[in-house]
Amino acid sequence: MNDQPKGIKEGLEKWRENRCQMKDRDFRFETVSGMEVKDLYTPLDIEDLDYERDLGFPGEYPFTRGVYRNMYRGRLWTMRQFAGFATAKESNKRYKYLLEKGQTGLSVAFDMPTIMGYDSDHPRSLGEVGRVGVAIDSLQDMETLFDGIPLDKVSTSMTINAPAAVIWCMYIATGEKQGVRPEKLTGTIQNDILKEYIAQKSWIFPPEPSMRLITDIFAYASRHVPKWNTISISGYHIREAGSTAVQELAFTLADGFAYVEAGIKAGLNVDDFAPRLSFFFNAHIDFFEEIAKYRAARRIWARRMKEKYGAKDPRSWLLRFHTQTAGCSLTAQQPENNIVRTAYEALAAVLGGTQSLHTNSMDEVLALPTEKAVQIALRTQQILAYETGVANVIDPLAGSYYVEALTNKMEEEAEKYFEEIEKRGGVLACIEQNFFQQEIADAAYRYQRALDSKQRILVGVNEFVNPDEKLEIEILKIDPKIEQEQVARLQKLRRERDNIRVRETLEALRRACEGTENVIPYILDCVRAYATEGEIIQVMREVFGEYKEKPTF
Amino acid sequence: MARKIRVLVAKPGLDGHDRGARVIARALRDAGMEVIYTGLHQTPEQIVEAAIQEDVDVVGLSILSGAHMTLIPRVTQLLRENGADDIIVIGGGTIPEDDIRALKEGGWVKELFTPGTPLEAIVEWIQSNVKV
Repeated sequence: MNDQPKGIKEGLEKWRENRCQMKDRDFRFETVSGMEVKDLYTPLDIEDLDYERDLGFPGEYPFTRGVYRNMYRGRLWTMRQFAGFATAKESNKRYKYLLEKGQTGLSVAFDMPTIMGYDSDHPRSLGEVGRVGVAIDSLQDMETLFDGIPLDKVSTSMTINAPAAVIWCMYIATGEKQGVRPEKLTGTIQNDILKEYIAQKSWIFPPEPSMRLITDIFAYASRHVPKWNTISISGYHIREAGSTAVQELAFTLADGFAYVEAGIKAGLNVDDFAPRLSFFFNAHIDFFEEIAKYRAARRIWARRMKEKYGAKDPRSWLLRFHTQTAGCSLTAQQPENNIVRTAYEALAAVLGGTQSLHTNSMDEVLALPTEKAVQIALRTQQILAYETGVANVIDPLAGSYYVEALTNKMEEEAEKYFEEIEKRGGVLACIEQNFFQQEIADAAYRYQRALDSKQRILVGVNEFVNPDEKLEIEILKIDPKIEQEQVARLQKLRRERDNIRVRETLEALRRACEGTENVIPYILDCVRAYATEGEIIQVMREVFGEYKEKPTF
Repeated sequence: MARKIRVLVAKPGLDGHDRGARVIARALRDAGMEVIYTGLHQTPEQIVEAAIQEDVDVVGLSILSGAHMTLIPRVTQLLRENGADDIIVIGGGTIPEDDIRALKEGGWVKELFTPGTPLEAIVEWIQSNVKV
């Protein structure tokens, strides 16, 4: 046994001598993130790997091989297509369509005004209503959005961050209207404000009050909505903004640690909220790099939670995650090729052990997806789950010299970033110093330059181009009329509701924001009185202030 | 010696996707232009005010949120109203072909660059369309 590495070493040297006489293609052999890769991996690359310490068994510490003992043999991942456009009524129809086609969870996309805390009739909302998601102004819209969809039967993920507390309260109140108690509600609010400052840039308040809203949600949920995932710590947008895989991994986990520290600092017991934290990663096109990223993420998280933050409950050690295939890897040229890209990316997510998956539609680089395109995207997951056999075996790539070496490398590189972040004073300090933003901008620029110089090939874009390409796929159009209709509905609501009660609940919220009490019960009261999202956020804006970023490039 | 071409890169509307805007701003600067980046969440009024104050030759609008049919004409209109219609308006982002045609034929924008355009192509377009 002990002689084996020596034998391999000698064999490798001999092999390399012979191999060096062969000419390689003129190509840059590196991952999509620019990490150099060797031509061959052998047991020598994972000499220090200790199976029990570094891998363990699925569902057991440190969870490198997956968070559940039986993984997809017990239950397939949740197929969750991100959807929402136009009005609540239109989106409700799309949800019913997706559920009927076999989707197993809902995922709500909101429009920009909703994401930024403006009502549909605010001057800043002009031209944006219902464009990139559904417009939600009040509880009334939320009731329409889930009309005929029982909230005790479906789990809902909502991509909402700065105003997450308000939208979540609307969801809880919709449950109340349907007779569903909060403890029965399952789903996720993204609620990850740190990545907004870093990458997605849809913020409202400055970091400190934003963090308070998040810990208020942690505290409220642990008592009243125990099955809810209170945050989905998101690397997805960091990657879409142009980061490398290592940056995505490191910055996302650093954000996660910051939330854990904030929760502990707010006086919560780590095991009371940590099991409800979840993650959201990107699945980019470099197959092995992505798989290694997910495996490294689980191992890093488990170790930190146990060793640094002293979590005792094994559920606090688990890194559960949703994955979305990379929007930024898709091309406007030859859009049908995107079906193929998405399929490979989905395969990486599944081999990496994701809990839930969104596959992008081929037309998303052009507009919101059509029904046909979204059906193909969903079918891509179903073919993966039911036809390919990849869900039969747990973590089938474990022990691959390349995958294990790359997993170790990802962990090492992430650790370097953690050190750098700590040296700079932590995540919030790094945001203020524009550290993350600059690292990501540099990576995005390098990537674009590599494409322009053809050091990297993008099929249909800088190579294998169809001259005189004509777009032959259908595009979803949002009728500009829906903005006027939404505004009319909102103004009717403002006339017909009990405006005295609205004022009282908003005033009570203002006092809660000025003090230190948990604000969630106050937001719930505002929502129940049909105060609009814009009105509630405006009160908070007045107390908390607004965040401004220093523009750099 | 000719003066440098001045470009304002702006993100109108509520959308926060600034990857494209920032990559292009940097490429234009590397090509020797003077670049001002407005940062995020700008109203058409703020953009036009900055363009006039900075005395730019080109305003580049980056939009991914689908609000291009409202925001691009608004910026061009405001430039005209302020007697600054010598400033060239170009744009980029996720914009369907029909809308590109409508915006160009309506005279709202000189050129639109969609995803996949090499940086060089944008640099060259500006260099050959701006007289300094």
